[in-house]
Amino acid sequence: MSDVSVDMSPSLAGVKMTAPLLEVEELKVEFRTRAGIAKAINGVSFEVNSGETLAILGESGCGKSVTAQAIMGILDTPPGYITGGQIRYRGVDLLKRTDEERRLVRANKIAMIFQDALSALNPVFTVGFQLAELFRKHRGMSRADGKKRAVELLDLVKIPAARQRVSDFPHQFSGGMRQRVMIAMSLALDPELLIADEPTTALDVTVQAQIMSLLAELQRERQMGMILITHDMGVVADVADRINIMYAGRIVEKAPVYDIYAKPSHPYTKALLESIPRVDLKGQQLNVIRGLPPNLTRIPAGCAFNPRCRYVRDACKVDPIPPLYEIKPGISSACHFWKEVRGDD
Amino acid sequence: MGRYIVRRLLQFIPTVLGTLFLLHYLTTVGIQLTGNPIRALFGDKRPAPETLAALTSRLHLDDPCLKQKGNPCLGLFRERLVDIGQLDFGTNFRFRPVFDWRGFFDRAHASIITDALPYTIKITIIAFTIEALVGVFIGMRAGMKPGKSLDYSVKISTVMVISVPVFVLGILIQQFITRDFGNFLRGQEWIPEVISRGVFGSAYKQEFPFASLIIPGIVLGMLSLATTARLTRTSVHENMRADYVRTAKAKGLTHKRVIGVHTLRNSLIPVATNLGLSIGGYMTGAIITETIFNVPGVGNQTARAIFQGEPAVLIGITTMLVLVYLVANLLVDLLYAVLDPRIRYE
Amino acid sequence: MSDPVTTATSDNPAVIPVQAGPGVNPQGPTQERAASLWSDARRELIRNPIFLASVSFILIVSSMAILPSMWTSKNPRDCDIKFAKLSPSAEHWFGTNVLGCDYYSHAIYGARPSLSIALIATTGVTLIGVVLGMLAGFFGGWVDTLISRIIDMIYSLPFLLGALVILGVLRQSDLLHSDQWWPPVLVVAIVLIILGWVGVARIMRGSVLSAKNLDYVLAAKSLGASNSRLMFRHILPNAIAPVVVVATISLGGYIGAEATLTFLGAGLQPPAVSWGTMIAGNIDYFNEYKYLVLIPCGLLVPTVLSFILAGDALRDALDPKLR
Repeated sequence: MSDVSVDMSPSLAGVKMTAPLLEVEELKVEFRTRAGIAKAINGVSFEVNSGETLAILGESGCGKSVTAQAIMGILDTPPGYITGGQIRYRGVDLLKRTDEERRLVRANKIAMIFQDALSALNPVFTVGFQLAELFRKHRGMSRADGKKRAVELLDLVKIPAARQRVSDFPHQFSGGMRQRVMIAMSLALDPELLIADEPTTALDVTVQAQIMSLLAELQRERQMGMILITHDMGVVADVADRINIMYAGRIVEKAPVYDIYAKPSHPYTKALLESIPRVDLKGQQLNVIRGLPPNLTRIPAGCAFNPRCRYVRDACKVDPIPPLYEIKPGISSACHFWKEVRGDD
Repeated sequence: MGRYIVRRLLQFIPTVLGTLFLLHYLTTVGIQLTGNPIRALFGDKRPAPETLAALTSRLHLDDPCLKQKGNPCLGLFRERLVDIGQLDFGTNFRFRPVFDWRGFFDRAHASIITDALPYTIKITIIAFTIEALVGVFIGMRAGMKPGKSLDYSVKISTVMVISVPVFVLGILIQQFITRDFGNFLRGQEWIPEVISRGVFGSAYKQEFPFASLIIPGIVLGMLSLATTARLTRTSVHENMRADYVRTAKAKGLTHKRVIGVHTLRNSLIPVATNLGLSIGGYMTGAIITETIFNVPGVGNQTARAIFQGEPAVLIGITTMLVLVYLVANLLVDLLYAVLDPRIRYE
Repeated sequence: MSDPVTTATSDNPAVIPVQAGPGVNPQGPTQERAASLWSDARRELIRNPIFLASVSFILIVSSMAILPSMWTSKNPRDCDIKFAKLSPSAEHWFGTNVLGCDYYSHAIYGARPSLSIALIATTGVTLIGVVLGMLAGFFGGWVDTLISRIIDMIYSLPFLLGALVILGVLRQSDLLHSDQWWPPVLVVAIVLIILGWVGVARIMRGSVLSAKNLDYVLAAKSLGASNSRLMFRHILPNAIAPVVVVATISLGGYIGAEATLTFLGAGLQPPAVSWGTMIAGNIDYFNEYKYLVLIPCGLLVPTVLSFILAGDALRDALDPKLR
């Protein structure tokens, strides 16, 4: 975009530009359903800075999307409730702010890309309308100016013939193109932080790579912070700087991306890596993880992973829950026996 | 869009022919099973054979195929199509035409339908307005706050209304509201006549051409009101949880815009088409309501045709109503395409 | 890219056990799913007070229809004009009508035609609708085209208006003036079936179309299951739930339809005794003898309501998405 010199986005009182972009501290979320209280997130903490990509990785139902929704402030309440912790944007705890202040943070400061663009885009409005809406409602632009900006955005995400396509409806785009529209929409107001919730899961493999590299490129150019949420170990390798592994609403391992692959420190991470089919191990039995993730209304005592763990001991089956042991700066694991897992002595 | 309209119009022709044939076949079998319906007009009296023959021939009931049970009478069907093409829907046994378009402009060409239609249009407009405004409004409010008291009361009251057959509702309202309560009102000097005798009159009155149609209109609209409220409620409720509504929230739009633009625009697609389809319900509804409140509309004429044993009139009016219904359906389909781009570009 | 996590486990941990993934055993999943759907529904239903109340009322009314003599010793045709228009008393619980007939026995005997029409119509509509809908959905091609066109045609006729015109034409027919109770009942029911089966057929066709391409059906097909086995063992059990719901609700709908048609002079005619004829025949006396209309209405409306509520409860219980 051409005129980034003027920052027109609304400012939030108390923001310190020196503070980290986003800090999540001891976040707790539960869902109150008829079947009982599901503890979706049980004290999650992490930090993202400008220009870096943090991947949050885990099975479906581990709480990674819920974390994203809690940060965005778009959790469905009821049934979802944030019961504790802080979400600090530039030092400001968003959970203590009014709905109106939080609304202005969305899209302006923190934007989100959703998994399935077909259902995430409104089927009855043109793509141009949905993009221009952001400029009209947040920047007070006219319809015509908004549409002009929409075309620029479509160009930015490399949609061919953007001028014509701007008046098409979402269902007229291919899956990959739709996800580009979704990306364009998230970038419209120059957010500082981008949350990408499984941005490529719904796409073909070849398209996945294109979308990921587009995302990485845009993130680098604009020095945004990015939270990449995924269940796919392959996707994160090229893009992420650091990885947090989530299991049953907790982070079980944190490490820079290289270390995770080279030397996992938690049995769950290790199992995830071993369940990726590898060409060099052709013909051998694939190591899938036994069993199922726990029911969040009845998380087992002790380490939540203990029923499926290869390294399980009696200590794992009783409280206290293993804390995140810091192994070295930047690497930690929530396993009592991390030494054994890593093969360290 | 253009291609969709053309395709839909092309489909319309066989649908009309098919439906008219079905109507023709079912009624023909009915006549074949019952025997010459003219005879019944005379009750216990035995008409002179020549009178009977003349009437029978004039009403096209002399075709021999009407005596062969199960014969589809294709010749008769062809004749009837030609008649319909010339806007001729038959006559009653006194040769009064069922429909004559000149009757709208000239009393000398009055016909059953042109005389009755203005009342039916008025009562239908009242019913439709109430259905659309009240039904959509309460359905919306209920759907936006699922599980709250309004939601439950809408759920319960709509089931109640749907379970009470329209004629039961009609006679109960007529008895307790327009007769008993109306009598009470009519006993109060200070209440203007337009209220006590018009709105709360127990039958249609020429002196109050609008006021005395309000309650019959409400009764007519009640059933569709309930279905519309229910449908709106479900539709809004479902759309509130849709992914694109979450996207709209993530775009930092105000609550008002998320609901007013993104949720409602989508929720109202099925509701709008349902409003169009409720016209079919109004046709049967009008027969009941107009009979109960003695409104001299098309529905009343239909019921009269049944009670007086005038199958030709009954078939003529029904044919016209079915044509109106088919055209309404066509318009609803086109409206659907206007509202939902996914259909338009299929 | 492969998806190691979800291939190893399942998205829905509660329902499908680890070992029996879909498509592994064409026999297993069908029965398991169908069985668990219905047994879950049953567990849900027996805890639902609205459903229990509706079913109890339906049972009471059905017992009136099947064994009226269990409820009253009087004969509804046993009338004496001397005792006309008596108010309710110990002798005549619901009073007597204008002909001096005991109105309580009318109310009891009136259940039979109303319920029989609804039951026959619903049975016929369901059978025809299920069979034709399944054929259309399963075989596609010209079978589907033919059946779908017929469905479209009948759909273009507003239901009650269609029934009204057919029965209006048949009004003078001997069939509707029989001395026995069942010929008019049968005629009305047949007319309702002719116009009503299309609704069920549409639902069934849709369900079959979507069930046809499910993995377990494809698996069974690839194992060489015959067409009829595919239809009846694999597709039908999974496609039948919405039909059961609609059938329950339409039982109520047809009771209302019969009464409406009768009220408009196109249904049952006196001396037949049904709730519809009781309302239609006494409406002129409504002003002075309110009970003559209110009693049949008071039986008709709760009966219709019970079927609709039971159907709604069934729908909620059978739709796992709502749980």
